[in-house]
Amino acid sequence: MSQLRELYQQVILDHNKTPRNYRGMADATRTVEGYNPLCGDHYTIYVKLEDGRIADVSFEGAGCAISKASASVMSSTVKGKTVEEAQRLFEEFHRLVTAGRRDEDVDLAALGKLAAFAGVNEFPARVKCAILPWHALRSAITGGGATVAIE
Amino acid sequence: MATPLLQELATPAAGILLCRHHFPLLRQWVNGKPLVYLDNAATSQKPQVVIEAMMKYYEEENSNIHRGVHYLSERATLAYEGVRRKVAHFVNAAHEREIVFVRGTTEGINLVASSYGRVHVGQGDEVLVSTMEHHSNIVPWQILCEEKGARLRVVPISDDGEILLDEYEKMLSPRTRIAGLAHVSNALGTINPVKEMVAMAHARGIPVLLDGAQAVPHMPVDVRDLDCDFYAFSAHKMFGPTGVGVLYAKTHLLEAMPPYQSGGDMIKSVTFEKTVYNDIPHKFEAGTPNIGGGIGLGAAIDYINQINLEAVQAHEHDLLAYATQAVAGIKGLRIIGTAREKAAVLSFVIEGIHPHDIGTILDSEGIAIRTGHHCAQPVMIRYGIPATARASFAFYNTKDEVDALVKGLHKAIEVLG
Repeated sequence: MSQLRELYQQVILDHNKTPRNYRGMADATRTVEGYNPLCGDHYTIYVKLEDGRIADVSFEGAGCAISKASASVMSSTVKGKTVEEAQRLFEEFHRLVTAGRRDEDVDLAALGKLAAFAGVNEFPARVKCAILPWHALRSAITGGGATVAIE
Repeated sequence: MATPLLQELATPAAGILLCRHHFPLLRQWVNGKPLVYLDNAATSQKPQVVIEAMMKYYEEENSNIHRGVHYLSERATLAYEGVRRKVAHFVNAAHEREIVFVRGTTEGINLVASSYGRVHVGQGDEVLVSTMEHHSNIVPWQILCEEKGARLRVVPISDDGEILLDEYEKMLSPRTRIAGLAHVSNALGTINPVKEMVAMAHARGIPVLLDGAQAVPHMPVDVRDLDCDFYAFSAHKMFGPTGVGVLYAKTHLLEAMPPYQSGGDMIKSVTFEKTVYNDIPHKFEAGTPNIGGGIGLGAAIDYINQINLEAVQAHEHDLLAYATQAVAGIKGLRIIGTAREKAAVLSFVIEGIHPHDIGTILDSEGIAIRTGHHCAQPVMIRYGIPATARASFAFYNTKDEVDALVKGLHKAIEVLG
């Protein structure tokens, strides 16, 4: 039960119920779809880039509580950050959910609200849920493919 | 004739609990709770007798079959071919040569699509499947159709998850070369009226393959009564091991079909100029087979024959009715698949909660269900949903376990609702 509470933290439940930046973006610089065919999680991430900075970011789509909250927290965290800063956050977040909060390399302070996803580490089947929106974002800001599929 | 085990099943809860004890895995605790295993459509658990039969094979009989003149090889050959006889009897095939051992249902269907399909399906021809097929009864036909310039046609289903028989009949066209149909749907639980559907196809000279993976563990299957041309199923869903399954096919079809895979054991003689293929069913069994798995399948059939499938069916029917009623009161829950004839599969969605979250929360209560598209994405598309949560029962499940499931679902709603 404690592991479950650790997974479904208040921040995650809140962002799942009331996702931030949940909207389309007509003037997006980049639009990337993130799709997990295994569970059907499917999101579109919109990014507006201005001078190497993420001026705006939003998303639409559907999926589990973990993936939706992850997309929501991600969008509010990276807005206003430079592309390099967002990429560093991606790496930090990736380490958090794959290695867990006890990993000494994880910089919890830098992660801020993203630290709420530390509990995902205890649920290997759910790690991909948390990471899916981030893969889509990374593809958007580095100019990769239009669809990111992970399993 | 009532065997002792049948009597156990015929009596209420106590008898069922005795049968449960045949399954060592079910005794464990998961996340501090007694395991509630409701993922039987994915794979069933194995009774002690199956595990022991396989262990005994490796301890006392292990040897390669159809080759050696030595004692062990003969013993292993006898045991393995004995299983073929057992399987033939189990599904009431006319002859044991109509039983081809494969890796599982998937390989059985691939065998038919590759061997029978390549010969009989040509440009402009049609292959007919239904909307509720498992990917394993879609993709092999799709690949065949692409290769041959043929067309894969799909019979629609009703909102309840029943095949629209009128549509099916209309789609059996002069170009249809074969129909591939699920006996029981893994995602919806629908039991299709396959005997009637086979007759409708045969009236037009069209052969039918039945995917029996979800049927064989839950009801008596008689391939001669169904009159199907091909019937494929897997050992691991019927209390046997993974990695072995069965393709039943009528003798005259197997005789005429070219080999599927080639190599050792499927030949009579080989020179660099010419190879003479072995007789059926060996023509379709290249290489050393999963002998230990076959032995396990034999033990699983013995076990099923002992517990009596009619009794199993009655108990599972009760469980499904109980579960269907129990979840009916849960707010926002919708059952996907409400056919009149159903196997013990309860697929559902809960408004506002993704099936994966339901699965994780149930798991924290020791309850194992399947969440996702169940390898039947066209079914999900049909209902406009990304996934479902699915509880699937076996005869060893109890009403207490259904109660645990319902309690777990209330918890999921409490956490995420």
